[in-house]
Amino acid sequence: MDEIEFSSTGSGWGSRSEVLAVGWGNSCETVRSLLPRGLLNSCPAGVSSCPASSCPFPSARSPRLTLLESVLLPGPRPTTGGMEFLELIRTGRAQVKLLRGPEAPPLRGTLCVTGHHLLLSPGPQGTSDLWLLLLRSVDSIEKRVSGDSGTITLRCKDLRVLQLDIEGVEATLDIARSIEALSSLESVITSFPFFYRPRGLRLGDAWHFHPPERYYKRVARETNAWRLSEVNEDFSLCPSYPRAVIVPRAVDDDALARCARFRQGGRFPVLSYHHAPSGTVLLRSSQPLTGPQKRRCAEDEELLRAVLAGARPGAPGFILDTRSAQAAKQAGVTVGGTEAKAAYPGWKRLHRPLEKGRPLQESFVRLVEACGDLEKSMDGWLSQLEACCWLAHVKEALSTACLAAWGMEREEACILVHGAEGMDNTLLVTSLAQIILDPLSRTMTGFQELVEREWIQAGHPFQLRCAHSAFSHAQPKHEAPTFLLFLDCVWQLGRQFPLSLEFGEGLLLALFEHAYASPFGTFLCSSEKERCLCEVRTRTHSLWSGLNQPKVRRKLRNPLYIPNPLAIWPSVEPQSLQLWQGLFLRWIRPPEPSQVAWEKVWQRLASKEKTEDCESTSKPQS
Amino acid sequence: MEHIRTTKVEQVKLLDRFSTNNKSLTGTLYLTATHLLFIDSHQKETWILHHHIALVEKLALTTSGCPLVIQCKNFRIVHFIVPRERDCHDIYNSLLQLSKQAKYEDLYAFSYNPKQNDSKRLQGWELIDLAEEYKRMGVPNSNWQLSDANREYKICETYPRELYVPRIASKPIIVGSSKFRSKGRFPVLSYYHHNKEAAICRCSQPLSGFSARCLEDEHLLQAISKANPVNRYMYVMDTRPKHRMQSWWATQKDIGRIIVRISSKIWNDEKIRESDEKKRLNAMANRAAGKGYENEDNYSNIRFQFVGIENIHVMRSSLQKLLEVNGTKGLSVSDFYSGLESSGWLRHIKAVMDAAIFLAKAIMVENASVLVHCSDGWDRTSQVCSLGSLLLDPYYRTIKGFMVLIEKDWISFGHKFSERLKEKTYSLWPFLLDDQKKYFNPLYSSKSPKFSVLEPNTVSFNFKFWRNMYHQFDRTLHPRQSVFNIIMDMDEQNKQLEKDIKDLESKIKQCKKKQTDGILTKELLHSVHPESPTLKTSLCFKEQTLLPVNHALRTIEGSNPADNRYREYAEEFSKSEPGVVSLEYDVARMTC
Repeated sequence: MDEIEFSSTGSGWGSRSEVLAVGWGNSCETVRSLLPRGLLNSCPAGVSSCPASSCPFPSARSPRLTLLESVLLPGPRPTTGGMEFLELIRTGRAQVKLLRGPEAPPLRGTLCVTGHHLLLSPGPQGTSDLWLLLLRSVDSIEKRVSGDSGTITLRCKDLRVLQLDIEGVEATLDIARSIEALSSLESVITSFPFFYRPRGLRLGDAWHFHPPERYYKRVARETNAWRLSEVNEDFSLCPSYPRAVIVPRAVDDDALARCARFRQGGRFPVLSYHHAPSGTVLLRSSQPLTGPQKRRCAEDEELLRAVLAGARPGAPGFILDTRSAQAAKQAGVTVGGTEAKAAYPGWKRLHRPLEKGRPLQESFVRLVEACGDLEKSMDGWLSQLEACCWLAHVKEALSTACLAAWGMEREEACILVHGAEGMDNTLLVTSLAQIILDPLSRTMTGFQELVEREWIQAGHPFQLRCAHSAFSHAQPKHEAPTFLLFLDCVWQLGRQFPLSLEFGEGLLLALFEHAYASPFGTFLCSSEKERCLCEVRTRTHSLWSGLNQPKVRRKLRNPLYIPNPLAIWPSVEPQSLQLWQGLFLRWIRPPEPSQVAWEKVWQRLASKEKTEDCESTSKPQS
Repeated sequence: MEHIRTTKVEQVKLLDRFSTNNKSLTGTLYLTATHLLFIDSHQKETWILHHHIALVEKLALTTSGCPLVIQCKNFRIVHFIVPRERDCHDIYNSLLQLSKQAKYEDLYAFSYNPKQNDSKRLQGWELIDLAEEYKRMGVPNSNWQLSDANREYKICETYPRELYVPRIASKPIIVGSSKFRSKGRFPVLSYYHHNKEAAICRCSQPLSGFSARCLEDEHLLQAISKANPVNRYMYVMDTRPKHRMQSWWATQKDIGRIIVRISSKIWNDEKIRESDEKKRLNAMANRAAGKGYENEDNYSNIRFQFVGIENIHVMRSSLQKLLEVNGTKGLSVSDFYSGLESSGWLRHIKAVMDAAIFLAKAIMVENASVLVHCSDGWDRTSQVCSLGSLLLDPYYRTIKGFMVLIEKDWISFGHKFSERLKEKTYSLWPFLLDDQKKYFNPLYSSKSPKFSVLEPNTVSFNFKFWRNMYHQFDRTLHPRQSVFNIIMDMDEQNKQLEKDIKDLESKIKQCKKKQTDGILTKELLHSVHPESPTLKTSLCFKEQTLLPVNHALRTIEGSNPADNRYREYAEEFSKSEPGVVSLEYDVARMTC
């Protein structure tokens, strides 16, 4: 019944976490680790061209700065990749005061714009480390000048708001223009992940950590009705699918090719999850291209028939359409449509409309707006919380996933999920249903595997969906916080089952942050095909190897985790859902008292582990 | 017993309150002298104390029977369907009588017998000793003393016998002041802050007529301000909202105009630092009606502060509205939040909190004493005084201290019935204390000096709907695993392990001694506490008691998908598959 009602700061549930400062935010260690190649290639533009006398760094040099300079100043001109930055950087440096919200003290020092970062080095008296911001994480920028100084407000994609007070009007305008230009670069291969070379990690590590082949091994142990097909080897069948997909054993590659032509974007039905306890499966695809002529595809029908045949005898099939019946019908007027009842015996259709695209993005924007106003009255706050509809979307997403999970577990049915393109809400539903049903997907590794398999490799277009966050003034084109909605739903599950997820809130926050802007290559591009073209896997580091470094991984853990072999059925009543304060109010709410509480949870755990260790070591001694 | 016509009705259905398709459990309803009891087919018992019943409603007859809805004061709402209307009518009438016991002697508390002997019973009543509590605060002292003015409840019926007042306030002053205050509730000490030497005092509103003043009352307030050696300025906090006075004021325009004219001269007084024109007009207007507000001109060294907490009538309807919204079947997120907003409940909570923070700040920052009042000084005044004390004093954040706080600010300053009740009934506190493990917050730390005074942040988004209170009987809405329980268990384990370590260490020492003697006893190795490695897994399922049927093994208790009503979103499942009718059976099998 009870739960920790003080939302708090820590990595457990119901909490926010500072763990993300570990690496990629603003510690000096980060700067050092990216120096060897990162800055060489990307940054010298503004800095190396400046005369030595106006060097941004003080003459009384700390070893730290000497290290930085030795790389920045005499750096050789890069042969490629550097020129475009040089043109965009109008000024290399300025004296600034940085305000980082109500809690952190302001920082003063020299600001330096590099190809991928804003660097702030504190003056000689400064004691704090270098402060670093990835330019890619700037969502919107606002400049104001008065007298002989100016102010730049940076709103970041992780919802942080920063203010830079800058000496000199020219400098202000130049810096603002530089940031504007550099933060909106769209080219993937000149982005920071291609230059990021952290210490302790090797290129190529962890990229082979979570391939579909690995999941197939598990499926193959449970059933032999499915096979791994490499029909999409060259991405010609479906540009948004990975090379290998799991399909019914009874369907050959030629049939798959014809299925692909019948489904939008070539996304033919593939296995998402095999639920061993009931012997049923979860599939995903895009809509069939029936069109007004009510086209049919024998191979597609055969595929779904084979799915039922491979499951428990007599298992029913349900097609969970994430559009309304009306919208699905509308799609049939042009090219899309739905599976005709007569053509797919044994399959029934359910419609569970989920919001996507622009309305979802607007919901996100309005929620963030509401959270930014601290002076709001109680009534104003509640009415905005209602009007933005975010929690309504959370409820719909969770209840649809529960429905799919219920269908598999209790009706012992096979479930096919699709909407139109099948790369947004479809993935939301299939991935959430797995977390509800599958204890393995609730482990640290299993969850990472799920994100890799059901989002990244399944072709969720991260590059488009996460181009901008909630602060952008630009008219949203393809942006939508579908992945954030997924993370929010997982957070809700974690609140209701605080002992059942191996990871804490910190991992969800990290994934949110990295999906929008990251030094790692994991969330780059919109599909495996694009990632191959850009050689992401060989030229960037994987986020998973970053997160799985023992030091980091430990902090992302849920201290209270106890493996739970059962399904976790959440309550989706409005009273049971909560605003994810750890994310939406992360930079706004002063954390102190609750932070202390979570630190205590950690302490207890640590002391318990210590005594346990102590005991186990003291036994053999005796 | 004479009210009970039917003692047992069979085949009664208990509806799931939130289910849109009327999911129900069938069982038998019993009516006893003190309780209503429902035992469902799984032998699960639901007990409802008659005294807890707030409302009984008989709804229009349906095909399946006669619906009976019972709302309890502890937020339990049950919805029965009684097959025969006659039975329903009988139960309805009985409950109507039983829940409205007029005499105190008929209350359950008088018949409740926990099998304790009388001396233990009396001990229970002495568990919380308010004299002891005032001593803990540091009174009596050179500035504050115990007054015997109300020893026989002569001055104020609703005050306790033992009251603390400024040492320089004589009995005639107290008596005079009490005549000037509504229900005789004159200013007395509620909390004394030892370090700051500042006090929280409480009273009711003054009965000042248009031109009336009460010198004794003015003296008493002077005495309170003088009892603070550090800061002679004191606050008078009127917890009532301004807008109520304003609407009242609107109907009193004529009087108002006169007052404004007369008072424009008086108000050049410099000693009043706060110059809130409207506030004074309102106070003046109310004064004209004979009740309400101290005339600031007559009280020196005083700052008047208004904080807007609504009265009990507004609060009551707000809570009713909230419960109504939350009881809606198939409630949407949008309706939930608009209902939460329009009920105003969180707004009231914030107002009380803001007032308590003001109070705590006045004492901590300005070192000023504060006198709190509302109208009668026993609702809003109790809220603000007790919450303010809780922010200031860590003692009130312990289990015993919290009981003392409730006893002091709520019970003793409310009704004197407690005296009479002591002769026959049992005190609640010893029972709670015996069970205190259940109420522990495992993260509580008494040592953290950082939080010796709490400074909560009252920005709107920090206030949340308290699901665990208002839905305490709606099991399905809650998290299914308890963080607190696990931490408590962890602590227990830790203690056990530490004990084991000590045992082992002492044994090692013994061992070594013996080794030097050339003797090694093998049995020592076996005497080690044997079960620690398995504890971790057993912990997990302690609270998730699993139902012994195989299907249920896939679900955490209370996290049954059927309970969560997902299926109601997709009636198609069963519509499209006749075979799936077995589903209900399936669920029943699971829980039986």
